[in-house]
Amino acid sequence: MRHGKYPLIVTFLVPPVLLYVVFVVSPYLQTFQISTTSWLGYSAEADPVGLANFTALLHDGRVWNALKNNAVLLAVVPVLTITLGLFFSTMLSMGGRKGRAGVTGVRGTAVYRMVYFFPQVLSVVIIALLWKEVYHPNSGLLNGALRAVGLPAPTWLGDPRTAFWCVLAVMVWSNVGFYVVLFGAAMSAIPRDIYEAVLLDGASRWTTLRRITIPLLWDTVQVAWIYLAIAALDGFILIQQMTNGGPNFSSDVIGLRMYETAFGSESKFGYASAIGVVLFFLTLSVAVLALRTARRDRIEYS
Amino acid sequence: MNRRDILRRTAAAGLLATPAAGLLAGCATGGGGDDDKGETYKGTKSEQNPLGVKEDAPLEVVIFNGGFGEDYAKAHEAMYKEKYPKAEIKHSATQEINKTLQPRFVDGTPPDVVNNSGAGQIDFNGLVSQNAIADLRELLDAPSLDVPGKTVRDTLLPGAVEVGSYDGNFLVLNYTYTAYGIWHSTKLFGERGWQYAKTWDEHIALCKQIKAAGIAPWTYAGKHPRYMSWPLIATAIKFGGPSVATAIDNLEPNAWKSDAMKTAADAWYQIVKDKYILDGSPGLDHVQSQTAWCQGKAAFISCGSWLENEQKKVTPEGFNMTIQPTPSLGSGDKLPFEALRGTAGEPFMVPAKAKNLAGGLEYFRVMLSKKGAQDFTRKVSSLTVVAGSTEGVELPFGLDTVVKALDASGSNGFNWVYNNYYRKLERELVDAACGEFFSGRTSPADFLDQCQKGADSIAQDSSIKKYKRTA
Repeated sequence: MRHGKYPLIVTFLVPPVLLYVVFVVSPYLQTFQISTTSWLGYSAEADPVGLANFTALLHDGRVWNALKNNAVLLAVVPVLTITLGLFFSTMLSMGGRKGRAGVTGVRGTAVYRMVYFFPQVLSVVIIALLWKEVYHPNSGLLNGALRAVGLPAPTWLGDPRTAFWCVLAVMVWSNVGFYVVLFGAAMSAIPRDIYEAVLLDGASRWTTLRRITIPLLWDTVQVAWIYLAIAALDGFILIQQMTNGGPNFSSDVIGLRMYETAFGSESKFGYASAIGVVLFFLTLSVAVLALRTARRDRIEYS
Repeated sequence: MNRRDILRRTAAAGLLATPAAGLLAGCATGGGGDDDKGETYKGTKSEQNPLGVKEDAPLEVVIFNGGFGEDYAKAHEAMYKEKYPKAEIKHSATQEINKTLQPRFVDGTPPDVVNNSGAGQIDFNGLVSQNAIADLRELLDAPSLDVPGKTVRDTLLPGAVEVGSYDGNFLVLNYTYTAYGIWHSTKLFGERGWQYAKTWDEHIALCKQIKAAGIAPWTYAGKHPRYMSWPLIATAIKFGGPSVATAIDNLEPNAWKSDAMKTAADAWYQIVKDKYILDGSPGLDHVQSQTAWCQGKAAFISCGSWLENEQKKVTPEGFNMTIQPTPSLGSGDKLPFEALRGTAGEPFMVPAKAKNLAGGLEYFRVMLSKKGAQDFTRKVSSLTVVAGSTEGVELPFGLDTVVKALDASGSNGFNWVYNNYYRKLERELVDAACGEFFSGRTSPADFLDQCQKGADSIAQDSSIKKYKRTA
């Protein structure tokens, strides 16, 4: 049957690869080409300007400001999301200690699992609108609660000191559920007898998590890390819907800068493409770095 | 197959794919120069047909589906069809003008009429500098469709042509007539015995009184704080004369730091300093702030004359919203209290590469006929740039106050257009500065400084085409 292998592979691979080339690879290449022009987007002529867009980028304070915010997202969002995700999924699959013997989750695990997954079912735009109302300075849930207990009520999205962090919190909130499920699934692949042995040895929950669960989950955590790092370099939809980068550019991100430059307040497609190219290399380097630094020996159960 | 093999093969596949992708890339921007994609439709000019419309040529109209909806346009299309029964009209409406039409502009096959408006508006500076819009002057000199003995130009309100002109070419037909001012509810004011103040000192005194009554004097759209730049600049223009606006529009050095702007910013700072603004306003968007105002939580709000239509669903019965000009700073003002910012808005254009260019112009002639304009005013409760379009139309309360305010303002009316020339300057830069200023985080001097820096950054950007106006 060996001779029949190639036709099969070709039939299955050619259509998706072709689609990928047409809809993903070719726009990417085009972006590279457009980034070296001063194209304004509404005529067929684009004047080549060499690397002028990139030198302009280097001196564009707004772009640097946006990149700074993305750097903060990159540093905070993955760590927070993975920590919370690990914590919740541990509690759900092996947090229960009292009562029956054996390894079980906390009471009501099934309900929690569902509730955590809710944000994942909603579209990002809905999440943004929902939280915009939660953060509403006068009639929002958050300030309502704060006022009820006599605390001051900030303007949240209207204050440059808090706006960015408010969106960051939503970003973590909307991502955690997925990773709870992901880590939960990975944990169920860990043989139960390991945990039973650990239990017999009298290890605390914390030690179990640190010494047993995380090392055995490392592959999954690594994947989560890369996904979240890429998400942190984006953040466009939430920011655009909730603050549109404001107040005073305090919550700007690079994706929004690119959008505003091409479709928003200007139509500089050449310059926006240059931002896109920079973002492409940033994402690529972050992904490679995350893979490299997180590399460890793989453990296989046999 | 080991890993190295796979890598080698993918690399080879990549090399093969590159030229193919290069060909694909060619179709987005390349191909410049072939202007003669298909023929354009031309008819013979005559007295009945001054623009030379080919009577059976199809006409494609794209409408921004926003606050005005699309029904008014369908009515205009029916009027066009009445005149040219053989013409096929293709109508479509969208909220995303730029994303829908960008590929068609690049391809050289744009529609014949575009209502370039809304948040997805295509930046006019970009369009004009790429020569993508047709000159409409031929339309202005054509006779009006239903006002005998007058050209289209003669039927328009003052200022309508200037707003759509770039370097002397009339490129953009702004169809509606919009007034910008300060709004209040005469019901609320009547119940409380308050009177709208004509001078700034009285205004501040009134604010004090309103605040003492437990109502916030002001609110504004904190997410779009540029709404507050309108009354501030208006105050400056009334104080220093229309040259204040010309300097700003022409990006003159330190135009934002003129004495008039300084005086106006200092005056407006009073409402910030004395906390005459509804708590939490910096965190509200335009709908939220306007709704708070309609609920009587604040007394004043700055907006254009679309406010009444936009708030239709939440305005209480008998609220009676009323527009008023900004208060005068003092007797030294160059313009009287009644002077109001009135300007043509809601832009329409005919792309330069439209196949049925003459038909597009003719469609504008239908819109600008008395019948077309009156139908618009009746359908969407908004004024048009056509003089007398309100005749025989019963206006809602707020719009009626707009008409009266514009009448009172008369030849003292003023306007600025830097927001049309340089969309980014108002939408991003002045917007951000207003956000800082009206939330009390910067001083008047810092505010003007930030605006000036924004204007300077536009002036220094050689990739942005610059425009000048004289008056």
